[in-house]
Amino acid sequence: MTAHSKGSGATWVGRAIRRLEDPALVAGRARFTADLAATRWVRFVRSPVAAGYINNIDMPAEGLIVTAASLKGVKPIRPMLHKFNYKPISQPVLANGVVRFVGEPIAAVVATSKERAEDIADAVSLTISETFPVIDTDAALNRAAPAVHADAPGNVVLEGRVKTAEFHAAWANAHKIIKLEARSRRQNATPMEARAAHAAYDPATGRITLTCTTQMPHLTRTAIADLLGMPESDLRVIAPDVGGGFGQKMSLATEYVVLVWLARKLKSSVAWAEDRRENLIAGFHSRDQVVTLEGAFDANAKLIALKADVVANIGAYSCFPTTCGVEPLMAMAELPGPYDVRQYQCRARGVATNTCPMAPYRGVSRPVITLALERLMDRAATAFAIAPDEIRRRNLIDKFPYTSATGLVFDDASYKQTLEMAVKAIDLPAFRKRQNEARAKGRYLGIGFATFSERTGYGSPAFAARGMEITPGWENVIVSMDPAGGVEARIGSSPHGQGLRTTLAQIIADEIGVPPQAIKIVHGDTDRTPYGWGTFASRSLVISGGATLIAARKVRAKLIKIASHLLEAAPDDIVLADGEAKVAGTDRAVPIAQMAREAYTQTHRFKGEIEPGLTETGSYDPPGTFSNACHIAIVEVDVETGRVTVEKFLVAEDAGRIINPMIADGQVHGGVAQGIGNALLEEIIYDDDGGILTATLADYLPPTAHEIPPIELHHMETPSVNSITKAKGLGEGGTIGAPAAVINAINDALKPFGVSVDEMPATPQRIRAALRKSGKAA
Amino acid sequence: MTDKTAITLTINGRTHAISVEPRRTLVDAIREDCGQTGTHIGCEHGICGACTVIVDGEPLRSCLMFAAQADGKQIRTVEGLADGDELHPMQRAFMEHHGLQCGFCTPGFLMLAVGVLEREPNISDEDLLDVLASNLCRCTGYQNIIKAVRAAAKEMRGK
Repeated sequence: MTAHSKGSGATWVGRAIRRLEDPALVAGRARFTADLAATRWVRFVRSPVAAGYINNIDMPAEGLIVTAASLKGVKPIRPMLHKFNYKPISQPVLANGVVRFVGEPIAAVVATSKERAEDIADAVSLTISETFPVIDTDAALNRAAPAVHADAPGNVVLEGRVKTAEFHAAWANAHKIIKLEARSRRQNATPMEARAAHAAYDPATGRITLTCTTQMPHLTRTAIADLLGMPESDLRVIAPDVGGGFGQKMSLATEYVVLVWLARKLKSSVAWAEDRRENLIAGFHSRDQVVTLEGAFDANAKLIALKADVVANIGAYSCFPTTCGVEPLMAMAELPGPYDVRQYQCRARGVATNTCPMAPYRGVSRPVITLALERLMDRAATAFAIAPDEIRRRNLIDKFPYTSATGLVFDDASYKQTLEMAVKAIDLPAFRKRQNEARAKGRYLGIGFATFSERTGYGSPAFAARGMEITPGWENVIVSMDPAGGVEARIGSSPHGQGLRTTLAQIIADEIGVPPQAIKIVHGDTDRTPYGWGTFASRSLVISGGATLIAARKVRAKLIKIASHLLEAAPDDIVLADGEAKVAGTDRAVPIAQMAREAYTQTHRFKGEIEPGLTETGSYDPPGTFSNACHIAIVEVDVETGRVTVEKFLVAEDAGRIINPMIADGQVHGGVAQGIGNALLEEIIYDDDGGILTATLADYLPPTAHEIPPIELHHMETPSVNSITKAKGLGEGGTIGAPAAVINAINDALKPFGVSVDEMPATPQRIRAALRKSGKAA
Repeated sequence: MTDKTAITLTINGRTHAISVEPRRTLVDAIREDCGQTGTHIGCEHGICGACTVIVDGEPLRSCLMFAAQADGKQIRTVEGLADGDELHPMQRAFMEHHGLQCGFCTPGFLMLAVGVLEREPNISDEDLLDVLASNLCRCTGYQNIIKAVRAAAKEMRGK
């Protein structure tokens, strides 16, 4: 069977067909934002200091320079959360009198070329009275610390607490208590395409078209229209081809607001393309959390109570739309992970500092809480003198639906089965033998496990539970067939590399009997697509896919009714396949294209039973589902240099029904690679004054092909009852589990030295420091 | 610095007579002055390789070369890889092996791999991995890029 045909009786869903996105991308014919021609270019003048008052902005005579003073009437971004002692803080789109982080935009320069805009920006002279910056959360939580925002004295912008009723009783019964502090340093999602925007004025209508690299075109339109006080219908937002996002492009960029303001003011088109330095210092950061975790175990190494304290550095502002609660609150809700622990206590705080604002990044808090929890499991295994797989076996949930200590309902999954699958595939006894032989020769190999859940495809109630003013849960999809039989699905989701055009086309193809290659998926244009939230949180295949299925079924139902009239057969006998409606078991058939024509032109024939046309809407807002996986890393640590080499990585995963196995595997590969980078290499480093030391890709290190080992994948499919396609999301799992697996493997390798490394990235410096401290290494 | 110089860039066999400031990088000239936007800008400091093009047979980063330095040289970009409607084996292999997701880094990887394989058709798998480690991809985890390039290398050698 080739990639473009379908055997009789087979479905399109479940097959590794080639992506419909690829032909344009490999030919250089794709259209990314910065490919649009522009006559005017924008360069932002950014704060060189972390904290201070702007006394003066001395501007050269040339070009147009816009500052906060020019933007009177433009509202600041003020994301809202109605729970957890959230203190609303405002972010002006250009710094207004105060600067709060290095890289904060202060002025926008407009000129006729990129180079001229940069020249003029360089000539802008800023006089800023520096104040004392707070860079890390320890400093920010100090009683004497200055407030980053007057509205949030003490710098705690949000504080959530949870405690189960019988927590203290359980704690008192503990056989052993294991405690650790796990930390993730600050990282940057680093999509290969940095942010970019192009705003064009249409003199005929007065409308603005903002083309920008975003994961949320519709909400970008709503937010910018609100901030500028313009009619939302006067703004069209286009997300063309988008070069990766990983969360960084779901948060509203202040720069985009300025671009729209400029296009309206100048009645012209203006363009901005962020350079890599700007992206690394000001394009949203992530992680930067400390989780202090204590686990109370009974005598059988069963976890009976868990106590956590989460401190998240949120940077200088609260990101829109999720708010800065996204990381600490998800940590609080999901920290018990895939383990059966009934008693739980947690405090989670978001703390403001004079650093780049945080935004969601692939995995959102779960890479950090999984690191903490999986370190806890490994440490407990050591304390109980049992194997790391055994302690997980004793604690993983295996009865479904399972309601967690925080009230989350876990649907059917395969936590234990994927663990067993992974343990078997890696051949643990053989590894231990090899490890011992290597140790005898002074080489340190280690194996690390991570078992975890990945909450995906959750609808609006999950966001409402966090008290979010905006609950981006549902999706709408419009599937239509034109009078020539051409099929189009217009979606509110906004894919940017996930292959959603292909997978949604596969879902539709099975319903209406035309091949996926003939189906067009339209996304990323607020004029062409129904309102929707975009692509993030491993949601699009589940939620947009579910809405697509619902809409496609409605079109299917209409086609079957039409066919039953035209073929004079019972609806139950009609089969839609290969571009035709057939009467099962006969040679009577009518082409779908003919039925489509008649659905528009011969409506009188259908006796008022069928509404004219073939356009149907599907809407989906599911409760959410959980994917799961077991990751295993095998590493070698060079104890003299602290260098870690990942020798092998194995994933046993379960994301429910798989729509396209090739695309699913690609998501896991990419996620694991980011997780390995997060675990070993990637770190945004601030100096004491709040300056960034890692402003190039020679300093901030995404992994290359050298650092990523072969990744072996094993699959299970436990269909989800909470997803009408039975599919679960899997975009983030790779990144959630890989750091914990790698760090656990490092610790396993270094067991002879009695050290514990509980921090990512585990750089050579950190590993050497731990070894030196142990006194057992040279 | 801002006085413009007349130069001629030959891109995929077609000449472009343009006028650029001496500081104009080759990638900006290719994209903006010649309108060939298939070559992408990822970092502008020579690390990510998204802007890789082939100049006089050598794959190089067009963000690290001035346009004026390429005056009169033969430049090949992703737009010139296919032969009419017939995709280059490297382009086909990337599609077949799912060697791309967002596709932003893809033109750079294609030009890097094609440039090196044309020069060294019998390059070892190990050396090829070294070559591919010179560009960055954030989506694929490299597994399928490596597979695709090895498959295309085999096909290119067989020609």
